[in-house]
Amino acid sequence: MIRVKLPLHLQRLADVEAEVQVRVSGAVTQRSVIDALEKEFPVLEGAVRDRSTMRRRSLVRFYASGEDLSNDDPDKPLPSEVESGAEPFLIVGAIAGG
Amino acid sequence: MSDGKRRDWKVNGPHFPGHEIFHMKGAPQDPNRLYASQSTEWFGQQIQRSDDGGETWQPVSNDFQFAGEPGTHLWYDGTPKPFEFTRVWHLEPSQTDPETVYAGAQDASLFRSTDGGNSWIEMAGLRTHESAPEWAPGAAGMGLHTIIEDQSNPGRLFVAISAAGVFRSDDAGESWQVKNKNLTSNFLPDPTAEIGHCIHKLAIHPARPDVIYMQKHWDVMRSDDAGDSWDRISGNLPTDFGMPIDVHAHEPETIFVVPVKSDSEHFPLDGKLIVYRSKVGGTDWEPMTKGLPQKDCYVNILRDAMAVDSLDECGIYFGTSGGQVYVSPDGGDNWQTIVHDLPGVLSVEVQTLP
Repeated sequence: MIRVKLPLHLQRLADVEAEVQVRVSGAVTQRSVIDALEKEFPVLEGAVRDRSTMRRRSLVRFYASGEDLSNDDPDKPLPSEVESGAEPFLIVGAIAGG
Repeated sequence: MSDGKRRDWKVNGPHFPGHEIFHMKGAPQDPNRLYASQSTEWFGQQIQRSDDGGETWQPVSNDFQFAGEPGTHLWYDGTPKPFEFTRVWHLEPSQTDPETVYAGAQDASLFRSTDGGNSWIEMAGLRTHESAPEWAPGAAGMGLHTIIEDQSNPGRLFVAISAAGVFRSDDAGESWQVKNKNLTSNFLPDPTAEIGHCIHKLAIHPARPDVIYMQKHWDVMRSDDAGDSWDRISGNLPTDFGMPIDVHAHEPETIFVVPVKSDSEHFPLDGKLIVYRSKVGGTDWEPMTKGLPQKDCYVNILRDAMAVDSLDECGIYFGTSGGQVYVSPDGGDNWQTIVHDLPGVLSVEVQTLP
């Protein structure tokens, strides 16, 4: 299972705790993880990726294993720690102001 | 919530903390059916629906897809920019069917759901209107903010777009006509151009739908012929810049505006918050001040932040950018504060429960 950590807004929207687990078949990539997340929680469709372009919303960031993966190819394999479940894939609202 | 006296109020919530609720409105035919437009820059658009008068909510579809090619409109610098869905500014439940609701979006486009928000179809005749390439955004974006369904003329709809103007359909949204005759906007290269007027809000009385009242960027206007032509009714208003306008529930000639100083200074003149009421359909206005702050008040009142109820003695409501919500339970004569420390108020609507 892949661990995914959600920001507060998306936790409330999906009515879940901070961390959820999703099952991914095949390569573990940004695309496959978010596809699985949206399948499990359809209310998150459009909240992480733009519905028409399927690209990351500009104020959403993706982190894992201490790295910012936001601008990586969505089909690039995620770090092995995410694949093994040792580390979560972090979906983060970009910091702005304050 | 309050009883019919509207003196004591109970505040519920917050219901969607951390999110902006651009607009929320109840279905006229079902007091328990509410629709809310929930949005953030971060996580985009959600639509929420309540079937129990706001006690509980469920997310419904946020899938707003343009039908066909997006086409272009003008950007602030006058260059073409493709239409892009950003958010829903206004939700207008149908007058006749609680399952039918219209959504006015930014970039200016109109959607309709006939299944309580579970799916949305674009009414593409508007966005593909021949004038659309000339539409341009107002300061807050290019939003479709007013949707009026004329109950007495089936198939007739009015919408208003900042900054394009007023459009009317007589065939249930298939085709649209521009209704901007006699409008003047000095920010346009040609102030009387057919397209480009920054309408802030329209209001009608359902019993007399051919009369439309308008608060424009500057100017308060009135049409007596369903938008075919417009007359200025600013009259003795000390300033006629403002955002909301509304009509008394039982007196079709009694209208309300809350002017602010100017397009550059969105706060009341001299720090005095004043609702202006005309009982004669405009031109002759009287200031309503009792219970409203008359010094040091520098808030704005947004276009969807005014509403009227339908009780025997009509109540008028408005909210401010400073987080106050005011009510007059007696048609505008006396005002009281319902709540005074909310975040900036984007919309105010009233639902009367049985």
